[in-house]
Amino acid sequence: MSYLLTWIVVLPLAGAIANGLLATRLREAPLGRTFVTAVGCGLPILSFVLALRAFVALSDNGGAPLVDVAYTWATIGGRSFEIAFYFDRLAAVMTLIVTGVGSVIHVYSTGYMHDDKSYARFFAYLNLFLFFMLSLVLGRSLLVLFVGWEGVGLASYLLIGFWFDDPANAAAGKKAFVTNRIGDAGFLLGMFLLYWAFGTLDMDRINAAFAGGKATMISASLAGVLLFIGASGKSAQIPLHVWLPDAMAGPTPVSALIHAATMVTAGVYLIARMSGLYMQAPGASAVVAVIGAATAFFAATIAIAQTDIKKVLAYSTVSQLGFMFVALGVGAYGVGIFHVYTHAFFKACLFLGAGSVIHALGGEQDIRKMGGLAKRIPVTFWTFAIATAAIAGIPPLAGFWSKDEILWNAFASSSGGSPMLWAVMAATALMTAFYMFRLLWLVFLTPSRMAKDVEHHVHESPWSMTGVLVALAALSAVGGFVALPHFLEPVAPLARTSESLHHLETPLLVVSVVIALAGLAGAWLVFGRGLERAAGYARRFAGLHRTLVNKYFIDELYERMLGRPLVWLSDRVFLGLGDRMLIDGSLNGLARLAQRTAGVLSRVQTGSLHLYALLVLAGSVVVLAWSFRHG
Amino acid sequence: MDKVQFLLFIAVTLFAIGLLGVIVRRNLLVMLMCMELMLNGVILSLVTFAQQTGTTSGAVLVFLIFVVAAAEIAIAIPIVLLLVRQKHTLEAAAYGDLKG
Repeated sequence: MSYLLTWIVVLPLAGAIANGLLATRLREAPLGRTFVTAVGCGLPILSFVLALRAFVALSDNGGAPLVDVAYTWATIGGRSFEIAFYFDRLAAVMTLIVTGVGSVIHVYSTGYMHDDKSYARFFAYLNLFLFFMLSLVLGRSLLVLFVGWEGVGLASYLLIGFWFDDPANAAAGKKAFVTNRIGDAGFLLGMFLLYWAFGTLDMDRINAAFAGGKATMISASLAGVLLFIGASGKSAQIPLHVWLPDAMAGPTPVSALIHAATMVTAGVYLIARMSGLYMQAPGASAVVAVIGAATAFFAATIAIAQTDIKKVLAYSTVSQLGFMFVALGVGAYGVGIFHVYTHAFFKACLFLGAGSVIHALGGEQDIRKMGGLAKRIPVTFWTFAIATAAIAGIPPLAGFWSKDEILWNAFASSSGGSPMLWAVMAATALMTAFYMFRLLWLVFLTPSRMAKDVEHHVHESPWSMTGVLVALAALSAVGGFVALPHFLEPVAPLARTSESLHHLETPLLVVSVVIALAGLAGAWLVFGRGLERAAGYARRFAGLHRTLVNKYFIDELYERMLGRPLVWLSDRVFLGLGDRMLIDGSLNGLARLAQRTAGVLSRVQTGSLHLYALLVLAGSVVVLAWSFRHG
Repeated sequence: MDKVQFLLFIAVTLFAIGLLGVIVRRNLLVMLMCMELMLNGVILSLVTFAQQTGTTSGAVLVFLIFVVAAAEIAIAIPIVLLLVRQKHTLEAAAYGDLKG
């Protein structure tokens, strides 16, 4: 089938257009909801099927990438800008994650959003997101990737503010959008630099140029750092991580799809995709690793103290993204993508499970008001428990394999690995297990702290939601058995590890299992009975607790360092000085000048005919005198 | 002083008297009459020049001015009449409130 890749990308767009245009008409139509569901879920699933087919074609080709030139956008001089799609093993993995997880989340949404009045609009946005995300992962050139990159930002903005009646949601969407723009500035500069150096934006060509040693004219580290600024915006790394926790204002399926499983991993994908560049840029790689480790660590500490179920998961996502960046930073690109892949399953499962809990409790999100749900909503509980064990790194679940690989590479990689980095990541892994099991205990296992009327209405979610949870939990359990880093080796080479450290591989593996179990045990000790013991600790370390609850006061810091000076500058300088004084002032000044001149001149108009006649006479005399002199 | 100079002197005198009248007199009708005097001064000068150069265009222009002057006075007199009906006076200063 020709244009196979183009079809994969375009199908969700068709869904977005159909549902978007008909959204208001379908609300009253008798079969409107069915149509929306069929189009909104059917086209992503079709896309997934086509992606599978492309994957088979890729295998038949022996791994040679499929290229699909959909359209030549512009030809400037001898250089043409094409909308071309490129399907190699890396793109294949991402496409399957995006369409696969995307499809099941669409199905889940039919249950979760069932009673929402903007049902069609929701699916239109969700399909639009898939379209942009697919052009992001399938784009051959940085330009197509960038279009997708901005597009998912737009879809994210629209979906965070989906319930825009509440100004807080709209503000969260705006925050996400603005924060991402800061990162995009870096991304654009990196793109310009690469285009200036190579005359092409095709990523395979840029990688080849770097690998061939032809790229001596620009600093690979500079380009790498610029692209990483873009990646850190999209993937919520320090210092641009502030938007992701607020993005939880959107509907829960959106948090699962966009802000956990797919969009936020775009930064990881970008760096893995540009691995040829980063291998030549040890400086940029070191920056990636350090920022990743710092983000992973600090986000994990914040997650321990959060009380909103979705906020805990959001900080956990930020932290896991930090893990991925550490893997990328030490040159283990395939491992980073491996964690993207396992994370997509268990984090989607966790978010959807959280959605199921919120659904069951009629909108309650505070874990202090939950508890004892294990028996009431058993399917949600078991799937949530499996996903929790997976993210905590309990073997043999998916998260264990990818996280252990990351820890090993952080320790042993000869391009940036160090025991120090390993220690930070191991501590983060411990905290991950701790806060995830804390969540599990507080939501499901401890005695109920629910309000009476809420407790009365607790119900398990419909099959469209629980079925998806079961599927994702199964994938979280067995997904780690795929040796993804080796599969990706032709595209994203494995990191070299020092031979002298190989005897430590098994001990470290044991250590990472112990860490996960220690986290579990710690969470049980502190939260096993409820909140009392934890409250005691919180009182004892009141300062630390307050810092963590308030997320290190980073929002307040930004507000003070950036927000207020910017507002002051806009208000006083741009509005006061520039707009009011310079622009308005000069216009008003001109008007006032004309008015005053007219005021003076209007005195001549007295209404006395004799004066007029005299003036006519004087004027004629002057004109005559003038014409005599110059005639 | 030959004939042409004399005629031109009369023409200028007529014009000057008319102008002076327009500027000095307060009565609307007198002002109109003075304007006619000015026109007549101009006409006289035109006729004189036409006579001197032996061409007819000056004489033709004179007829044109007659027509225009008749039309002008035909409009001006009714306006003055209407104004007088308003304020019962021919004083030009009384209508100063018509200024923009």
